[in-house]
Amino acid sequence: MSEVLVVVEATKEFGVKKVTLEMLTLARELGTPSAVVLGGAGAAEALSGKLGEYGAEKIYAAEGDEIDGYLVAPKATVLAELVKRVQPAAVLLASAQEGKEIAARLAVKLDNGILTDVVGLDADGTATQVAFAGSTIVKSKVTKGLPLVTVRPNSVTPAPAAATPAIEQLSVSVTDTDKLATVVERVAEQKGSRPELTEAGVVVSGGRGVGNADNFKLVEELADLLGGAVGASRAAVDSGFYPHQFQVGQTGKTVSPQLYVALGISGAIQHRAGMQTSKTIVAVNKDGEAPIFELADFGVVGDLFKIVPQAAEEIRKRK
Amino acid sequence: MNIVVLVKQVPDSGADRNLRNDDNTVDRGSANNVINEMDEYAIEEALKIKEAHGGEVTILTMGPDRATESIRKALSMGPDKAVHVLDDALHGSCAVATSKVLAATLGQLNADLVICGAESTDGRVQVMPHMIAERLGVAALTGARKLTVDGATLTVERQTEEGYEVVTAATPAVVSVWDTINEPRYPSFKGIMAAKKKPVQTLSLADLGVAADEVGFDGATSAVVEHTKRPPRSGGAKITDEGEGGVKLVEFLATEKFV
Repeated sequence: MSEVLVVVEATKEFGVKKVTLEMLTLARELGTPSAVVLGGAGAAEALSGKLGEYGAEKIYAAEGDEIDGYLVAPKATVLAELVKRVQPAAVLLASAQEGKEIAARLAVKLDNGILTDVVGLDADGTATQVAFAGSTIVKSKVTKGLPLVTVRPNSVTPAPAAATPAIEQLSVSVTDTDKLATVVERVAEQKGSRPELTEAGVVVSGGRGVGNADNFKLVEELADLLGGAVGASRAAVDSGFYPHQFQVGQTGKTVSPQLYVALGISGAIQHRAGMQTSKTIVAVNKDGEAPIFELADFGVVGDLFKIVPQAAEEIRKRK
Repeated sequence: MNIVVLVKQVPDSGADRNLRNDDNTVDRGSANNVINEMDEYAIEEALKIKEAHGGEVTILTMGPDRATESIRKALSMGPDKAVHVLDDALHGSCAVATSKVLAATLGQLNADLVICGAESTDGRVQVMPHMIAERLGVAALTGARKLTVDGATLTVERQTEEGYEVVTAATPAVVSVWDTINEPRYPSFKGIMAAKKKPVQTLSLADLGVAADEVGFDGATSAVVEHTKRPPRSGGAKITDEGEGGVKLVEFLATEKFV
């Protein structure tokens, strides 16, 4: 069977991200998964255990400052060379900023079609995408070149399949044109122990109804009790209640968790665009006519400052 | 500084949007078409740079006839002129082909700086800045929440999942911006009147030296096979809190095995 290249999405703090395990799981339907690690020195070694656990038969690694010290261009160059050499059945990347950017450059380098935000992939390369804020389901195919797709987090359930991958170091030959955008500084911000927003199984979000930044503690408390991530509507972010990187919606993150809890969020289209493919939706809002209730599997009309603390107390009691 | 801002006309994301049943492209005929919201932030950033450093701001749009409305709207914010790439053969173009056309146009415009929105609200694909930069052999600084111009040096602060990065490059370069970067101005009455007289140059594929079979459906590198409307979600139980709302909420979560 042909190889399927899976470009690994990982962070220093959390290691291999869940979307990578999802991609390895998808890749096994199409061929033999090979993981590609593009990062700082020693990255592949640190990640190989987890990648093997989910079926990576081989790991290609390109590491060091030549790769990691610049925005995506060197990574795309290395990946393009690898694709030409191994002629894979498909290339999968994460549908996150970097994955999409590498894929974009790869598509131009290889004059190859590209499909982004893919939530399902058939053995024949037909991809499923969700468009227009989750309102339209699209089946599409790359018609020129190999299937080059970026996979949206929380699309498939990762399934382990043990393998013991050997690491092959790729010789790095990036050009000067690849080194035009230099990363001067990477600043890590305190995130705490919560799961990453787009990958979380549970997301608890607050909106304008939360009232102020201090009150977001209520949202955080419920998120922590449910083991979830915290999100915010654009109205809450614009009002300065919560930082922008947690914004869910049309101009923020798209999430698709098992459970989405909307607190004090009216459910404007802007917000629904980012969350309406969630499996189960629960809403609390004082306005019984709020559009969020049209989506909610369970809705409580009332004062969130009474309902949320009571719910938190009830969860503690049950634990 | 010669700044070009990429502006895309999209169906209003606040209304019902559809793909056409005849050729699977975005239905722009029945939709209310507007400037892609994120592009307004790109225009604002370009105008701020021009105000601080001098130069010229050009709007570049590829799109059908009716995209003229969005071009005039963009010009009313303050840019100097616009270029409209207009050719019937472009209908059905994929992202890869679109980047080819835009790069060919930018090659003629000699831009020092290309600014665009981080994504469009219709496709949300986010690939265009890097595709264009790849073709032009220039830097792409994407997802900026802050942009500083110091002579020919650009410095961008971009949000990452772990925090943020500071990235730098020399011009010429492509920069894409998020809506956190500024607050776009509203067009003034004077701006709206002035926009009507600003030059809009129309370029065809022949003007750009791009063959018709490299774009549109003939040149597409991907295709929509089929599309269906998802049945709208139907609301489930809705209760009014009468003192036990929190408990009832948790009871529901427990039946769904979240607690």
